[in-house]
Amino acid sequence: MSRPAKEGSATLAAELEALEAIVRRLEADDVDLDDALKLFEDGVRRLRSARDRLAQAELKVQSVLEGAGGELMTGDLDV
Amino acid sequence: MTAILRSALPVPTDDVWSVSQVTSAVKRLIERDLGAVWVRGEIIQCKAWSSGHWYFTLRDAKSQVRCCMWKQQALKAGRPPVDGTEVYVLGTPGMWEEKGEFRLTATAIIPTSAVGAQQQELERVKAALERDGLFDVARKRPLPPFARCVAVVTSPDGAALRDVTIVVRRRWPCCRLVVVGARVQGEGAEAELVRALGIVNRLAEVDLCIVGRGGGAREDLAVFNSEAVCRALAAVRVPTISAVGHETDVSLTDFVADLRAATPSAAAEAAVPDLRDVERQVQSLASRLANGLSMRTSLAAERLERTADRLSVAVGQTIERRRHRLDRWSAQLDALSPLRVLARGYAMPTAPGGRVLKRRADFVPGERFELRVSDGSIAARVEDGK
Repeated sequence: MSRPAKEGSATLAAELEALEAIVRRLEADDVDLDDALKLFEDGVRRLRSARDRLAQAELKVQSVLEGAGGELMTGDLDV
Repeated sequence: MTAILRSALPVPTDDVWSVSQVTSAVKRLIERDLGAVWVRGEIIQCKAWSSGHWYFTLRDAKSQVRCCMWKQQALKAGRPPVDGTEVYVLGTPGMWEEKGEFRLTATAIIPTSAVGAQQQELERVKAALERDGLFDVARKRPLPPFARCVAVVTSPDGAALRDVTIVVRRRWPCCRLVVVGARVQGEGAEAELVRALGIVNRLAEVDLCIVGRGGGAREDLAVFNSEAVCRALAAVRVPTISAVGHETDVSLTDFVADLRAATPSAAAEAAVPDLRDVERQVQSLASRLANGLSMRTSLAAERLERTADRLSVAVGQTIERRRHRLDRWSAQLDALSPLRVLARGYAMPTAPGGRVLKRRADFVPGERFELRVSDGSIAARVEDGK
């Protein structure tokens, strides 16, 4: 059984990979109904997390500057 | 005589040109058909005026051409060339109408010796980087399939940043661009690029780095052949894309980066996926997930049904078998029933206590007994014991 999805921890690539594995197991013949339900719930969680990641509608552009003391300062950039 | 002379000399026609008309017509001819060209020659009569403009002549064994370099370019070029220097001049042929003079307006002057030296330096850097394995194909890392934060090392007000932003905004707006500004040509560009690449390594969330600039003259792109810049690029901890100039320009950073893109736009295309493709992929996984579960549940239901069928068949068969046995038993029972025997005409004597009288000795003369027949019993008495 794959690990349940944790908010914000896995990358989108890992999320989609895990989803693919879940779907493959569900599509295989040897899963009993209990396991199938658990897989499905895990899959739905991962789907939601993947969709949340794609939902940001506007590209964020920022610029980074190094201060005199070597500290980094980030500000929004209008491009 | 006069008449003869007059007829021997060409006479002006009606459409006489003014000097200005001629010069401007020639100017149009020259400037329409010839763009900027690189010209090789020797500098003579170079004069740097207090106005900041330079005037000089370029010559070879057969010809010479007057040249000027305006203040703005002259400032960039530094010191005026010394007479006798062999140079390459990037210049646009044109007409100086006030003097009726053909000339080149120069925008760049490079001593031929410097070009040789540049080439030598390029070869040296290339060999050094190659020796240290910076061009090894085995070093190349795959780009992240879904970049979340892309660092762009370039000039903050250059065309490259604008191009990258346009493409990423269109394809993958769910990510973040972090611009680490640096000059990409001229004095200080090398140090700024090295510093900017160092800053990228301090940004924890960055998962991909694009370094580059838009098109320009070859010497404008030279900093991307710098050893220090190449080594700083190789030290970037995330995968890198180098995108310098146009399709035909190749820089050493292109060989060091994990991917070479022909232009900054192409770099952005390679850096991020298309959101619509990824949404389709997610949608397909969602349908397969739903189908997978429904297939599983319907399979389970089917299996349950099959089991129930088999169960009911099994139960039915058992019941049927039992019924057969019951029937057989009851037939046997029926055959053995005394009533059945009585029905055939036999009678059964029983003592008053119900004991069946089977032998002569059971019959005591004078005693009463009962005779059971098929439809009841009759009271009787033993008369004779013989």
